[in-house]
Amino acid sequence: MARAAVLGRLSWRVADVVDIVEETSTARSLILDVPDWPGHRPGQHVDLRLTAEDGYTAQRSYSISSAPDGGRVELTVQRVEDGEVSPYLVDVVEPGDRFEVRGPVGGYFVWDPDDPAPVLLVAGGSGVVPLMAMIRTRAARGSPAPFRLIYSSRTPGTGVYRQELRVRAESNPGLEVAFAFTRVPSTATDAGRRRVGTDRLRESGWPPDLGPTCFVCGPTGFVESISRLLVDAGHDPARVLTERFGPTGG
Amino acid sequence: MSDTWVDGNGLAGALRELFAVDITTARGTCVGCGTVGPVAGARVYTRAPGVVARCPGCGGVLFRLVRGPDRAWLDLRGVTCLEIQVPDSG
Repeated sequence: MARAAVLGRLSWRVADVVDIVEETSTARSLILDVPDWPGHRPGQHVDLRLTAEDGYTAQRSYSISSAPDGGRVELTVQRVEDGEVSPYLVDVVEPGDRFEVRGPVGGYFVWDPDDPAPVLLVAGGSGVVPLMAMIRTRAARGSPAPFRLIYSSRTPGTGVYRQELRVRAESNPGLEVAFAFTRVPSTATDAGRRRVGTDRLRESGWPPDLGPTCFVCGPTGFVESISRLLVDAGHDPARVLTERFGPTGG
Repeated sequence: MSDTWVDGNGLAGALRELFAVDITTARGTCVGCGTVGPVAGARVYTRAPGVVARCPGCGGVLFRLVRGPDRAWLDLRGVTCLEIQVPDSG
């Protein structure tokens, strides 16, 4: 864990939307320019606040998906069907729009780029977002820490970053990526590729005696299940870090 | 990512308004069952007036946080001790 630091006062900053990347039919990445952004660590998030003309405000937390890069901050947002904020961010926001963010916040679910220990990342649906920040930071910093990502999504079409992850798995030494799909038709050959369980964690993860740090992020049920399986398999509970974002997830 | 966070990680911003250090990494002890764990691992319920954080071990209320326009109420009824990392004074 990184050393504690006295932090400046947390204040709202105006963020300019400078670019948008459509990730899937229900998710997009917003690239923001945030003046005076203090920098972030991979895994941290921001609070985002929208203010309506009548003064009504709505506030949510979103994980940062980018590596630290000056005032450029990327968020990837999945539309939640009955949501109040995410439909606006996914369907309405355009480059040139502005809203407020504060952060970065959260010091628990954070990877330390100076830590050479192996890392296992396990993502359920859009839980891959903060893990992507770790993968991108690893590459940007030239970290030698060996990384393995197991990324579970419903179907190939619902996963974000798929193309970038394929490219990085080829070009980033020491990064391995395994996809799992929970809703593809069952056949003899892909049966083992479905829901992530003990076998998959053993095949595509790290043995506990290597002392890996495990980051698990996704819907609550997914995170509860995976973290329990990792601890049962012998991983140190203190090195199984979790972040849960609700029952609907991706 | 989703609209509703359900663990203590999501309270980092709200708690940073009140504390000079990141409290989500602090380890709290539950009054009810003695479980010790990071604030980040608390189960957080947001569909309430304010938010309610419960112990992942026994489900007891650890703390409640209510934010008004110009003040906050932090009720730590279920936490006997918070172990907080602080910077070296040197």
